[in-house]
Amino acid sequence: MALLEALGVTKRFGGLTAVDHIEFVMEQGRMYSIIGPNGAGKTTFFNTLTGIYKPEEGQILFDGRDTVGHRPDQIAARGITRTFQNIRLFSSMTVIENILVGMHYRLKQTAVGALARSAGFKSEEDEAYHKAEELMNFVGLFNVGDELASSLPYGAQRRVEIARALGSDPRLLLLDEPTAGMNPIETTEAIALFRQIRDVMGITILLIEHDMHVVMNISERISVMDYGRKIAEGSPAEIRADARVIEAYLGRGATAEMSL
Amino acid sequence: MGDPKKQISTVIRGLWKKLNTGRTPAIMITVWLLVTSVMVYISPRSVPAFLLFLASAFFIYILKIDLRYKLALGVIMALGIIPVIGIRNIFYLEVIFQISVFAALALGLNIVVGFAGLLNLGYVAFYAVGAYLWGIFGSQQLFLLNSIPGTAPPTNQFFLPGDAFYLFLFLGMAAAALVGFVLGLPVLRVRGDYLAIVTLGFGEVIRVLANNLDKPVNLTNGPQGITPIQRPTIPDWLLSGWNTIFSPLVGQPVSEGQFYNLFFYVMALLVVILVIITVIRLDDSKMGRAWMAIREDELAAAAMGIPVIKYKLAAFSVGASFAGVMGVLFAASRTFVSPESFNFMQSIGVLTMVILGGLGSIPGVIVGAAVVTVLNLQVLQGISLWLSSLRQSDAVIPVINFAWRNLSSQLDPAKYQRMLFGLILILMMIYRQEGLIPARRRKRSRPQSGETPVDTASLKSTEAKHGTA
Repeated sequence: MALLEALGVTKRFGGLTAVDHIEFVMEQGRMYSIIGPNGAGKTTFFNTLTGIYKPEEGQILFDGRDTVGHRPDQIAARGITRTFQNIRLFSSMTVIENILVGMHYRLKQTAVGALARSAGFKSEEDEAYHKAEELMNFVGLFNVGDELASSLPYGAQRRVEIARALGSDPRLLLLDEPTAGMNPIETTEAIALFRQIRDVMGITILLIEHDMHVVMNISERISVMDYGRKIAEGSPAEIRADARVIEAYLGRGATAEMSL
Repeated sequence: MGDPKKQISTVIRGLWKKLNTGRTPAIMITVWLLVTSVMVYISPRSVPAFLLFLASAFFIYILKIDLRYKLALGVIMALGIIPVIGIRNIFYLEVIFQISVFAALALGLNIVVGFAGLLNLGYVAFYAVGAYLWGIFGSQQLFLLNSIPGTAPPTNQFFLPGDAFYLFLFLGMAAAALVGFVLGLPVLRVRGDYLAIVTLGFGEVIRVLANNLDKPVNLTNGPQGITPIQRPTIPDWLLSGWNTIFSPLVGQPVSEGQFYNLFFYVMALLVVILVIITVIRLDDSKMGRAWMAIREDELAAAAMGIPVIKYKLAAFSVGASFAGVMGVLFAASRTFVSPESFNFMQSIGVLTMVILGGLGSIPGVIVGAAVVTVLNLQVLQGISLWLSSLRQSDAVIPVINFAWRNLSSQLDPAKYQRMLFGLILILMMIYRQEGLIPARRRKRSRPQSGETPVDTASLKSTEAKHGTA
């Protein structure tokens, strides 16, 4: 059974249809990408998947259950977490605390336990700190646990955001332009990290990405959006050859020139 | 090299570091505490002596001393020295009582505003809920439900025994938490400025209710307020016991009335300590982290699996509950409640303490409560008294050579009190926005049982290999 199924998902803002009857299916353990020009509705689609927007039409089945109408935190608890296009870390909290927030709903502690500092609470907190540090190391950050998240360089902040999203032990990780603003070396490292997340942790990954090098390198399938619609889907090779995609990106007439 | 300001600050910092190591701070603070205690003991009316004495509590907190020694000093100060000097000048007990009450209120508001980032301008309403709860049940008001305000009760009996006060501390807490929860349900769907306006309205609603619920059923006795409100009974052995131990030190035996001041001081101190422990422990748990995440970025917090509304409600309820307890304590200690104690300026006052002390900072908020209370009750009052005495003397204002006594009554120094307070606020917000003691995140990334640095280093090298592979 597919892990994620979007059936005719439509999101409108007034007269504008930002996401227009999107059909999208993804199996467990895959790494897919969504590409498309600016304003194509990619991030809006992510927002409908994570419950930030409620689609007007359509169904989103995650693991066979409809998520439409559920709150973002409920959807996160079911196993979909994400990063944001413009990094949204909790800037006055430390790196470790940011990751701990990601682990929030997995922690079973109660307010009473916290007040009494019960043995269960303490051991869970210790474990959580330990796990958070492991996650921090996993994404390639060392000895910055006590730093404020906002004090880290840009590339490192992206990594913290990924570690935070991993904190909840998600089944599906949505990465919204995770390599935006990175230099080539950082991008190469990021690609390796995404592979590790998928291969080592077994987490399904869906990315929005602008960097064609990244997209073609790591995606098993690519969906292309334009004006809210999905105009193409296929393997990287198929997408590279698709005339509609080239047209969407480069404008009409480009196809002819490209084929030269 | 040419920045004398920087040089001075480095010198001071170095000196401070030198002084704050080894046994030096313990000796210094002990001497300080002794000297200031003696000063207050000898001259019970001296405001500077009292302030220096109060400052020792702060020094005990910030100096690097063995924790057990710190606690011992704190206990000696709170239960040994303060009662003695407090009985010699009962006003000091009042000041410390008010500091404690406002510290608890400020800590509660700090959860809402500082931790969860929800601006609440009607916080004092929860204080009113606690105060009126004991005000109504702890007085004769329930016998007067059908009579007009001002009439005498048909009986001398109180509705409940005074010792029900202890139970009502918890009931007040629960009632305020419940009101916070119920208010939060509709209110927390609005954000930012709108939330501030709605809470402001709520604060006024509670005050107006207290003002007007004298009809059709006389529940609150209207603007006249409710009095007398009972205090818990103090057992005789406690009073006589205290007198045998402490009266030689104080120089006089203590009456029951004075002992009540002591009693409420100790109660307020206990509540504040419990509140502090509660706040620290909640802050250092997933609840505290969730609050902070919501404050920083509500959307990201939700996307990370935090039920935002639930945690906002929790912040409202927990914050309100502190005010509820203190409300009960306040009503009992004054034996009187009236709507005027819970006006908008009170809410603003508590908010001022939170912001002046340091939004989100637990020690900061306590210091903020202490500073604002002392400023209001003692320092500013002292200044305006001094200015009025100048006005009555033949003194002239230097430089412009203008006699104080010719100053028009519009410029009466007594009226400068609030102006000075405002000036202090303005200067603070310009030069130290983050407050007296800014909030700082805990440093605790490595559990004790964690890996050694060697492990981390080896991990780093394997990670590096992965990266290049």
